[in-house]
Amino acid sequence: MPEPADIEELIAARAFRFPSRHFLSAASLSRPDAEALLSLADAFVGLNRRHDKKTTALRGRTLVNLFFESSTRTQSSFELAAKRLGADTVNMSPRTSSMTKGETLIDTAVTLNAMKPDILVVRHAASGAADLLAQKVSCSVVNAGDGGHEHPTQALLDALTLKRALGDIAGLTVAICGDVLHSRVARSNVALLQLLGASVRLVGPPTLMPSGADQWGAVVIHDMRAGLKGADVVMMLRLQLERMDGAFVPSTREYFRFWGLDHEKLALASPKVKVMHPGPMNRGVEIDSDVADDPAVSLIQDQVEMGVAARMAVLSSLAARLDHVR
Amino acid sequence: MSAKTGAEARPFAIVGARLVDPASGYDGPGAVIVAEGVIAEAVHAPSIAHLSADIAVIDAEGALLIPGLIDLRVKTGEPGSEPKETLKSASRAAARGGVTSMVLQPDTDPAIDDPAMVDFILRRARDIEGVHVYPAGAATRRCEGERMAEIGLMREAGAVYFTDADRPIVDSKVFRRVLSYAKAFGAMVAHRPADPWLSAGACATEGELAGRLGLSAAPAVAERIMLERDLALAELTGARLLADQITTADALESLKRAKDKGVQVVASASINHLSFNEVDIGDYRTFYRLDPPLRTEDDRQALIEALASGLIDIVVSAHAPAPAEDKRLPFSEAAPGAVGLETLLPALLALHQDGRAPLIDLIRAVTLKPAEILGLDAGRIRKGAPADLVLVDAAAPVRIDADRLTSKSKNSPFDGRTLTGRLLTTWVDGRVIDGA
Repeated sequence: MPEPADIEELIAARAFRFPSRHFLSAASLSRPDAEALLSLADAFVGLNRRHDKKTTALRGRTLVNLFFESSTRTQSSFELAAKRLGADTVNMSPRTSSMTKGETLIDTAVTLNAMKPDILVVRHAASGAADLLAQKVSCSVVNAGDGGHEHPTQALLDALTLKRALGDIAGLTVAICGDVLHSRVARSNVALLQLLGASVRLVGPPTLMPSGADQWGAVVIHDMRAGLKGADVVMMLRLQLERMDGAFVPSTREYFRFWGLDHEKLALASPKVKVMHPGPMNRGVEIDSDVADDPAVSLIQDQVEMGVAARMAVLSSLAARLDHVR
Repeated sequence: MSAKTGAEARPFAIVGARLVDPASGYDGPGAVIVAEGVIAEAVHAPSIAHLSADIAVIDAEGALLIPGLIDLRVKTGEPGSEPKETLKSASRAAARGGVTSMVLQPDTDPAIDDPAMVDFILRRARDIEGVHVYPAGAATRRCEGERMAEIGLMREAGAVYFTDADRPIVDSKVFRRVLSYAKAFGAMVAHRPADPWLSAGACATEGELAGRLGLSAAPAVAERIMLERDLALAELTGARLLADQITTADALESLKRAKDKGVQVVASASINHLSFNEVDIGDYRTFYRLDPPLRTEDDRQALIEALASGLIDIVVSAHAPAPAEDKRLPFSEAAPGAVGLETLLPALLALHQDGRAPLIDLIRAVTLKPAEILGLDAGRIRKGAPADLVLVDAAAPVRIDADRLTSKSKNSPFDGRTLTGRLLTTWVDGRVIDGA
């Protein structure tokens, strides 16, 4: 591990100015931008592992977490990232605000905008909600998940996790398995992983596969065993419980039998396979605990750690752009 | 060039026009004399000899003179949602768009589902003294798709056809009875085909684009599935069916088979589905959130072809006003629909400009055809017909600025686009209706 002073130099050397005011989708990144963000994020990992984790890239800046869908993990990850960069943070969630009193998303955004935040991190159940907000506010908007569309910082943290665990992402075969239809994580990862040179398979039952997914550049495979064959990375997706009761798949047990990840199915993958999951996991539904907790294959805990670093890279580079534009 | 309202009692002549009258199949130099609200004379020549001195003469200078448009699918917010659109604002928007007759959808609040409501709408329309207004009656009470509405009494009161508008009549038994009952009164039933289960919660057409955008989508066959049912029931009952807003190539094939077989069906296309495809949704632009949703470019091309061939009988504006607060929402939460009264004619003329169909065929689909379908004395330029006329500079490009539309709601997908045809004058029963 580098010396503390070296880490700060490293961060400064890798400083990056975000190419646009908002970060709304992984699909909008170019490869050099993605590489630069990953390189900066990698430097932040070192910072996050030392005793004094504070820096000043966002000093004086205000970040608002606007989460219309609750998410302990993502929200606290953004909050920690912002605080370690020296920003003031405010968390807002719709259930405790006036959204329930008929105020629209736009009204809320305009109200918040008047308080002059610098960065608005938004999660919303509707696809396109972050795009809509970005059109109506003067600050930077970071998409922390919009419906079934995108969750770009998740893709970034997944790429960072893979890069640190396996070195180069180019040439890897990544199987993204499960409920692709409703998954914003899958869409962002398909975009970013392919950008970075990985080949991507989408694996899941036809009822959970979006129509036209075969035109995304990925290979669509319905048979889990065939989909796992020789894969270097298996990325499992969360399956919402309400979708399993005959709506999209007949039952939990049937789903686990055919698409749940256990050691038996995993044995078909590459011998050095790594397993990922964006969390929270449904153990025994999409993933067996034996696999999830196996330190030899599981990167799930690393993903959580990398989340903070990846978000620090995004926030600091957005702030660098704000500094520059001003 | 425009005559003032005060001149209505005085006869006037429009000379030097390019007259397009689908009823006589004529497209060429023309002139008309209007007296006492009717066309006193229509000639297929640039001028009329021996005009008496008391006739005011309007020189059209080669502008296009056509019958006033008849729009069979218009929603206002009256009664119930007047901030969206009133009869008066819709009538003004219609006049600005060259629409001289509009058929109102019955899914208001309360619904137009009894003769008193039909009468109410007709009285309100008379008070406004704008364009002609014809209510469509609800096919079922409150448009709920369960119990039949008073089709016979509404027909007597003046309802021109029967429909539950955007709400599908899911129960096939109910729909069958509506069809057979309406047939006894010679009444037409309109139904927008969409399988309700496949379409539930959908805001886009299933495909690569909707999948990538993460929008809940219905497959295009949802339309064909319901249309096949409707056609089968129309065949069974012998009733007249208006297949409302066909949008997919697949459904057009079903429609063709039924027409070839002699089923009493006519079909409409909305100007939106003739003008846009799903790609226009772009980054979740809610002015393109429509119901039915926008389709692929292949579907749009098939629809234009069907219009040119006459398989699609009429074009409607599908005018559906939605205020900003209902549109400035995430795509899936935004209200569907678009205003269209003011842009129907310029959008059609733009299709013609693109070389997609002869002008007379496009004009027929918004004048003569809808008049024939409803049995209205309109849609023709001939002696004795009501003087519902439109004069338009058919070559002029017009840039649509939604904020400057007359409609109370500004949700136009044509916003910022350049269409064709600057409207000069709209006459209803020989009166100038300027939409101001």
